This record gives sequence, C-alpha cells and structure tokens, in this order.
Amino acid sequence: MIPPKEITYAGGGVLSAPPEESFVLNLGPQHPAAHGVLRIKMTMDGEWITRAEPVIGYIHRMHEKMGENRTYAKFLPNTSRIDYLAAMHYTHAFVGAVERGARIEVPLRAEYIRVITSELQRIASHLVGWGAWIMDLGGLTPILYAFDDRERILDLMEHICGARLTYCYYRFGGLCNDVDDYFLQGARDFVPYMRGRLKMYRALVTDNIILRKRLEGIGIIDAEMCRRYGVTGPVLRGAGVPYDVRRAEPYSIYPRFEFAIPHYPAGDSMARYLVRMDEMEQSLRIIEQALDQIPAGPVMGKVPRVLKLPAGDYCYAVEAGRGRFMVRIVSDGKDTPYRVKLRTPCFANLSPFEEASKGMILPDALAMLGSLDLVIPDIDR
Amino acid sequence: MNPTLEQLSQEFTRLIGPVPTAPAAPANPPPPVQVVDFAVRGVNLDVTVAPGQVVAAAELLNRHGFSIDTITGVDWLAEGQMEVVYDYLHFAVSLRVAVRARVPRDHPEIPTISLVFPGANWHERETHDFFGIRFVGHPNLTPFLLPEDATFHPLRKDYQP
Repeated sequence: MIPPKEITYAGGGVLSAPPEESFVLNLGPQHPAAHGVLRIKMTMDGEWITRAEPVIGYIHRMHEKMGENRTYAKFLPNTSRIDYLAAMHYTHAFVGAVERGARIEVPLRAEYIRVITSELQRIASHLVGWGAWIMDLGGLTPILYAFDDRERILDLMEHICGARLTYCYYRFGGLCNDVDDYFLQGARDFVPYMRGRLKMYRALVTDNIILRKRLEGIGIIDAEMCRRYGVTGPVLRGAGVPYDVRRAEPYSIYPRFEFAIPHYPAGDSMARYLVRMDEMEQSLRIIEQALDQIPAGPVMGKVPRVLKLPAGDYCYAVEAGRGRFMVRIVSDGKDTPYRVKLRTPCFANLSPFEEASKGMILPDALAMLGSLDLVIPDIDR
Repeated sequence: MNPTLEQLSQEFTRLIGPVPTAPAAPANPPPPVQVVDFAVRGVNLDVTVAPGQVVAAAELLNRHGFSIDTITGVDWLAEGQMEVVYDYLHFAVSLRVAVRARVPRDHPEIPTISLVFPGANWHERETHDFFGIRFVGHPNLTPFLLPEDATFHPLRKDYQP
C-alpha cells in the first residue's frame, strides 16, 4: 500500500518513513466532483494523497467494435456519443478520415459552415467545463450563466440539424442541411453578446480572489510531463506549449483564418483556466471572419452510393474541445471498416493524474481534476 | 534542435538494419521506412520494425522530443498475425510518425514501452484488453476498460460473444 518513493507534500514536508496510519478513500464512481462515473482510488495519509489511482471503464461501450460491424454511414452517429459536449468535433474527425480515404471533395460553403459550427461547439463545450468546474470549487452561480449562454448555441444548432446535444450534422462530402439566414444572423448576433458576457465573467469569476487562491500554483503539469503522457488541448497549452491541431495539422479551412493560440507557461490550474477563457474569444474571432467570408453554393459534394475505402489506413485529427481527437481507420477495401481506433483526449489527459496528484491535499486535487475538464464517456468510449 | 523527416528516416533505417526475408514473403515487400503523403494518410513517416525493436524506436523518438499519441492493435486473422501500431506526434514541428510491429497471433508478446513513455502504460493496458497482446515488462497489465474479471478480448476477429 505504501508507495516506495519519497513524497514531498504540498507545503514542503517530506515523507521519508511510511505513515503510521493510512486509509483508502474511494472517490466515485458516483461522486459529483467526478463529472460522471469515474472512480479514483486514493491512498491517504490524513488529508494528503500518497497515491491516487484512476479506475475507469464504468461507462465503456466498445464503440470501436461497433465500428467494425456496420457501414461507415451507420457508424457516424456513434462518434457524437463519445464526448457529448463536443459532438461536432468528433463527427468532424470521423467524416474527415473517411473523406481522406475515399478522396471526397467537400464544397467550400460546407467547410465554412463546419468551421462556424465547430467553433460555436467549442464555446459551448468550454462553457460547461468552466461552469461545472467553478461549481466543484464551491461557486454555484457561474454554471447558471454558462448554461444561459450555451442555450443560445444549442438553439442555433437545433435549428440547423434538429439535435441539441448529439449532432450528426456533418456527413461524408458535406452537411445534411444548408443553413438559412436565421442561423447566420443568430450566429452574428451571438458574437457581440458573448464578448460582453466574457467581459462580465472576467470581472465576476476570473479576478475573484477566492478562485485565484484555489487555483494559482495548484496541480502543476509541466510541458515535459505533458510530452511523456501525450497530454493535449488546453492542459498542454496551460503548460506553455502552443500546440493546436488546427495549426499543427491544418484541416478543413482553418489556415484561412487569423487566430491566436492562447498559452500560459505556469502549468497550474489557473493557467488552464485562462487558456479556456481566451480560447472562447479566439473562437468568436474565427466565427466572425467565417461569417464575413462565407460563399454561396452547394453544401454536399459527390459521394458514391456505396462508400468503400481503398485498402490502407487513414488518420485524421481535429482539435476537439478537450484536446487532440484522432480517428484511425484501417480499411480492407470493403464497405465496413476493418478497424476503427478512436484516440480520445481525456484518456491521455487523465493519465498523468496519478503522478501529478502525489502529495497534494484532497481539495487541491479536486481543483486539479476539474481543471482537466474530463468527460467520462470520452475516456471510456 | 527539431528533427527533420530525412534525419528520422535515416536513423530508423539504421535502427532496423537488414530485414531478413522469410521464405513465404511476397516478392517485393514494402520498404520498412516509408515517407508518406500526409494529405493522403494522415502521417508523415510509416515505419515497420521487428517486435524486439519497439523499445529502441520509442527511445529514438523520445530523444527527438516526440510525444506518445496512442497505441493500438489490428488483428490480421487471415495472416495469423497481430499488428501493434504506435502513433507519435511532435509538439513543435508538424511531424506524425507511425511505428508498427507484427507478432504471431498464437503467441502475441511484445516488450512494453511504458518505461520510456509513462503515457504508454494506459494505452498498452487498453490494447491488452481488446486484443490479448501481452506487453512484457508492463507494471500492471490488468483489465482496464473491460470488467475486472474479463478474460475475453473483444476486438479479436474470431471473438464470439
């Protein structure tokens, strides 16, 4: 039970002899701070954590097996159920992998709409992560504001594709529906509205001394730890690495837009917080540019009636709300995939938790857990 | 010093060395180190190594500052083999490397790279769950996503529920 290594506790004390009395604390699988059915087996020395081992798999659905026994089109809706808070990004990756394999051209208007909806989705996803995290820290109000804003995005999404959460809007070769003026005007109105709200959130939450005391210097995950564990997304950018799939492996029409990649070098929970707040502003910038440039035209390209990918393997990565999401399709030339691998960001982002939480006190570890912005179905698939 | 594609290809070619040709191998086997078109495949470099060389490959990429992206398996039932695919990415340069190794299906064992990349620990546990590939030297190869008493491997092509 006692970890062999020497442990430095938060506050500076060093554990050299094994603690005289330690106990195991099960956080979850039913615990509000775990945001779903995540269980963390914690070995405690009083208030301090000597070992925190995440136990996952409670909501495992074997999406990868489902991918092997149905056609590409039938598997597409599954991908929006992996991370239900960023469904657009996940369908984008799968659609992109199939389009890459089958060499399907996507019309320009469809690409613009994909970018607009993806960035709206990113804001919606960050808003939930932000609100729920502040709620973990004891502030109940912000999540109500966040859901109010998110509601506007969900209404727009519902208008174009009928779904509010698990969208299947992107299709191989384009989109299932064109957008109308109601959506375009709604998205245009949302930009200044959200800018005003973000200003308010800065005054209400970001500059709040209680929040800063809870987050600054807590839960350091530095760039080297991110590299060894394959951590991506806001957690990596909060460690000062300006890595974003939209820049590193440009997909769709992201190279057409000007946007910054917010990154903060501190590597603590506050840095991850600031990255997410800045990213929402950058998403608004992208939406604004895309709305100005969007061309007329079709939203669906030429797609063969029976979709078969040439034998080989194809990868496609997107910058999802929580980091790098990659789909690897191995095809043997039939109309169903031979193998679908889903590389999800939360799985990799949770993996350094055991190392990073060693020697922390429990409330700090929960603040750090919230800063990872985990979606448990995304870990378990 | 950021790595370049040419430099990596050369180092991998040196690492792999001469590939022994099996008697039943096809006449023109694909080269073990291939620079591929990113727009078509989604990777820049595709490397095939022997199962014993995966740790050396991981160390090579670790020296060049790569990060582990994911590890997965593919079951090639007809050929009696299982493939382990290691994906790597680099945070500073846009380079994606896929390293693959094939193990016999009736004896699926491959060394662990979790001592080089601790992030590989979870990916290897997942691959063991789904394919039953044993990662020799892994610190904790117990069921991870599957139930804790699971003895089946659902992504094997001959798996019957």
